[in-house]
Amino acid sequence: MILVLCETDPATGEVDEVSLETLALARALSTEGGGVAVRAVVVGPVADTDAVAATLGGHGATEVRHATGDGVASFGGAAWATALDAVRQETGSVAVLAGGTPRGNEVVAHLAARLAVPMAANVVSFEGLSPLTVRRQVAGGVALEEMRLSNRPALLTVAGHAWQAEETGAGPATWVESTVDVPAEELVARVVRTAERAADESGSLTSAPVVVGAGRGAGGPDGFGPVTELAELLGGAVGVTRVVTSLGWRPHHEQVGQTGSRISPDLYVACGISGAIQHWAGCASSRAILAVNTDPEAPMMTRATYAVVGDMHEVVPAIVEEIRKRG
Amino acid sequence: MTRVLAAVKRVADTSGEVVLTEDGQGLDGRFAGWTIGDHDACAVELAIRVAEAGDGSVTVLSVGAPEAVEQIRSALALGAGAGILVETDPSAMGPADVAAEIAAVVSGAAEAGEPYDLVVLGNDAADTGDFQVPIRLAHLVGRPIVTGARMLEVADGVLVAQVQGPYGDETYELPLPAVAAVLEGGAEPRYPSLRGRMAAKKVEIDVRAPAGSPSGSGRVRWHVPPAASGEAEVLGEGPAAAPAVVEVLERLGVLR
Repeated sequence: MILVLCETDPATGEVDEVSLETLALARALSTEGGGVAVRAVVVGPVADTDAVAATLGGHGATEVRHATGDGVASFGGAAWATALDAVRQETGSVAVLAGGTPRGNEVVAHLAARLAVPMAANVVSFEGLSPLTVRRQVAGGVALEEMRLSNRPALLTVAGHAWQAEETGAGPATWVESTVDVPAEELVARVVRTAERAADESGSLTSAPVVVGAGRGAGGPDGFGPVTELAELLGGAVGVTRVVTSLGWRPHHEQVGQTGSRISPDLYVACGISGAIQHWAGCASSRAILAVNTDPEAPMMTRATYAVVGDMHEVVPAIVEEIRKRG
Repeated sequence: MTRVLAAVKRVADTSGEVVLTEDGQGLDGRFAGWTIGDHDACAVELAIRVAEAGDGSVTVLSVGAPEAVEQIRSALALGAGAGILVETDPSAMGPADVAAEIAAVVSGAAEAGEPYDLVVLGNDAADTGDFQVPIRLAHLVGRPIVTGARMLEVADGVLVAQVQGPYGDETYELPLPAVAAVLEGGAEPRYPSLRGRMAAKKVEIDVRAPAGSPSGSGRVRWHVPPAASGEAEVLGEGPAAAPAVVEVLERLGVLR
């Protein structure tokens, strides 16, 4: 049995994309291991249980355990790990997976500490099952570590876009409600207040299908007009480099990179960005990258999927104009 | 008076090229140099702010090679008052081992009647990216933990932490003693003053032997994937490339 912790938006019920990608890796492990069942666990409030059961079933989970109760109504790493561990024990799971999100990593780390077993964070592939050997991102994603997970349960989280989410065509998963009792001492650290974030802040940056980024080449705080305009036209978000936030040109929540947000959009448009390792670590999971730069030899230009040689202050407005012209 | 322990890790500077050690067991910092990771640097900054606000003190701890005294002294120069080095071979240590060594220092201080109210660490090591040392530490010492913290405040025995959650800005309130894992970005680390640097040189670092034997990390080897150099499809030069760009946007299905 392989158990996958899946995250859903409590307001919309939408399943996090990384959770679906994690299910894809779980199915691959299952196939390699002779077809053991893949189950999902969802913790806390769910807006639309039918929709979540259909989505997770359609991505390979035969059953969804929905862990509820006062102790897991708001997020707390220790409390959610209790819920995950309860389902793990009930299902006799030999492997527990989660998306490599802040919450996925936190909950699985709590489980690892509780069970005193190793954990592999941000796995991108597995090399074999005897013993389970994985490759995971290190050094902010610019290097990979081959790691053995000999203990059971095997605990790992999956890096964003490391696997392609795939629908199997199966129907909704069986939905099983499971009430969790969380000991009082595990409720000490949990969210007590959440201030809703403005729509243009980094919550949308990490989930945006398109991110238009700019670096020092923007020239100053006034140089982001066309970049913002292009992002709006593409229904995307603005992302910037660390130097831009350090200079105070844009807020930190827009920072993409090793210590900012790690993004995995369908397209990242990198304008006037040289492509330093720290920035590359935050955008390397993009499905496609379009680089605009005056220097054709800049690392971002050579690593990108598409490149335009030129000044972003001329090229980006021209792209905006072309989009508007095509209406 | 809030007593804070800030744990920092000596890591290779990866602002330039990433170079691995010959045995493939980690990053080689011999050429690029060594530093404190960004999350750790912010953890030190927030530790000092908490101590300053509460008339307290900061002790800096590192678990690692003898040379990690450099990173301890750089934190001392910023305002920390004492330094502890648990001297060991970092390449032999897994996240559980590092957590156990920090836990031994925390427990030892409590037994000596000088407990730390708050332990702060970087959310994640800049090199190994394990995402678990702070949480394993919290379990070992039986303290609550908040991760991903960008701002910390202590008042009336309560730690208030601000975290950028997936659906909004979250607030945690934890009773002390507690552990906090700090994410870079909430506070800009300060620069050391000349006076601070001079004072840091005079501090005697408490160098200790490890409390336990390392169990390792399960690491087999590190790899650096070859860069996909020179494979970009050049769409053109200057504004004249705009039509080709828009065609690509349409092909990718991202043009609404």
